[in-house]
Amino acid sequence: MTDRPLDPVAIDVGSLVQRTVASLYAHLVTRQTGRAVRLAIEAQLAGAGERSLSLIDLSEVTILDFSCADEVVAKLLQRYGDGEPREAFFVFRGVAEPHRDQIEVALQRQALGAVAETVPGRFELLGYRTSAEETAWALLEERGLLTEEDVSELLGSEQQRTALDGLVRRRLAFRSPTTGRVHALSRLVRHLTE
Amino acid sequence: MNVVAIPGSLDRQSVDALLDEVVALDGARSLFDARHVRWVDPNGLVALLVAGSVAGDRQGAPPRLEPPESVDVLGYLGRMGFFEEARDIFEIQDRVPRRAAGPSDVLLEITPIRANDDVHGVVDRVQSRAGTILASKLGYPATSVVPFSVILSEVCQNIIEHADGAGWVAAQAYNWARRLGRWVVMISVMDVGRGFRGSLSDEHAARYGDRWSDATALEAAFLHGLTRFPDSGRGQGIQQIRRQVQRWNGAITIRSGTARIGQVPDWDDTPPMTQGLASLPGAQIGIVLPARDANP
Repeated sequence: MTDRPLDPVAIDVGSLVQRTVASLYAHLVTRQTGRAVRLAIEAQLAGAGERSLSLIDLSEVTILDFSCADEVVAKLLQRYGDGEPREAFFVFRGVAEPHRDQIEVALQRQALGAVAETVPGRFELLGYRTSAEETAWALLEERGLLTEEDVSELLGSEQQRTALDGLVRRRLAFRSPTTGRVHALSRLVRHLTE
Repeated sequence: MNVVAIPGSLDRQSVDALLDEVVALDGARSLFDARHVRWVDPNGLVALLVAGSVAGDRQGAPPRLEPPESVDVLGYLGRMGFFEEARDIFEIQDRVPRRAAGPSDVLLEITPIRANDDVHGVVDRVQSRAGTILASKLGYPATSVVPFSVILSEVCQNIIEHADGAGWVAAQAYNWARRLGRWVVMISVMDVGRGFRGSLSDEHAARYGDRWSDATALEAAFLHGLTRFPDSGRGQGIQQIRRQVQRWNGAITIRSGTARIGQVPDWDDTPPMTQGLASLPGAQIGIVLPARDANP
């Protein structure tokens, strides 16, 4: 049996800011701008089907303020979060040090988590997470993929297995409906980031 | 005619007295006599616009402004773009300098904040200047231009999102040799809108009952992150500004209505809360960021 991996799409927020907010904005600042960019992302996702994985690229964004972090990251995740019928997964790229604090604050405030590439090739789990989720996510990130056997073998406690289920439910990891394997989101977007 | 004598040193320490005086004026037209001004900082400049707006609104006619006699002060006001804004508020009969195009030592000229675009303009403008000034004058790392820009963005958005009225922002670096023995960057953001109490009343006044006042409204926003919006993602702006200002050992104060709240470090003796000020429309935010202490 083979997995049917998600086909990720890349969304460059830097160019989206300029296209969406009409003109010269190089910075992702103000709530109004953030809202416009989020709506543009949502419009791109509208035709993406019932299950999607998006790479939201912030690499070209110089300044990101707290209002935009809330609109573009937190509200986007809320919109497609746990409980929504559409399964939308997100990976954020280009979350360098200047953006990190704003995104962490926005996520923590809403008890949200996000997978982000913080330096090229290195992914981290940002925002709210339990220590068990952190452990389970780190194992998944290291291995890229966990089979059901791996889960039984490597996640020894019920708490850790529950945490992995929580990551899947929060759309911070992807479980294949055909094989039951759990995929690290970073691996599913790898061909877009290399 | 009311004559308002502008203090010789129009700065962070003296603006309260000016604003209090303007609130107490009667309905007769006013003359703002700034001829003897010898020193002015961003708080003073922006407060003068606020004072003129308040007087003009109450008296139904724009007040007259006698500009400073000092060539240096006049030139500085010109470089800060003061007269471009003052022309809409005051009647100015003397010839005054225009803001010159080209390079300037000004960190951020007086900029009106009325819409989203204005905030983008502020952030764009400081990019090319703030990095050099923050590094050379304050000893901050090159990366500090990002949190500095974020502070400006959030504090300006406060006007758009909450004030429902006109506002201005300005910033400049100074050598506070006598007061602190160090350079500082001073940011001033003021508006003549509805103030914190006005912004929050509909959503939060009932919960506070008799305790609801300018002071409790400021505490609600400044200390607890309350906003008029039910959205839990709101209210981060001021909280995060406070956090960053504290990291830089800076001071932030907000005057609104009859109260002023502050978060100040050891070097500043501003009390954390002042009540009983003259009731002024809008909000007046002052931020002072000091140079890193070479010998902490």
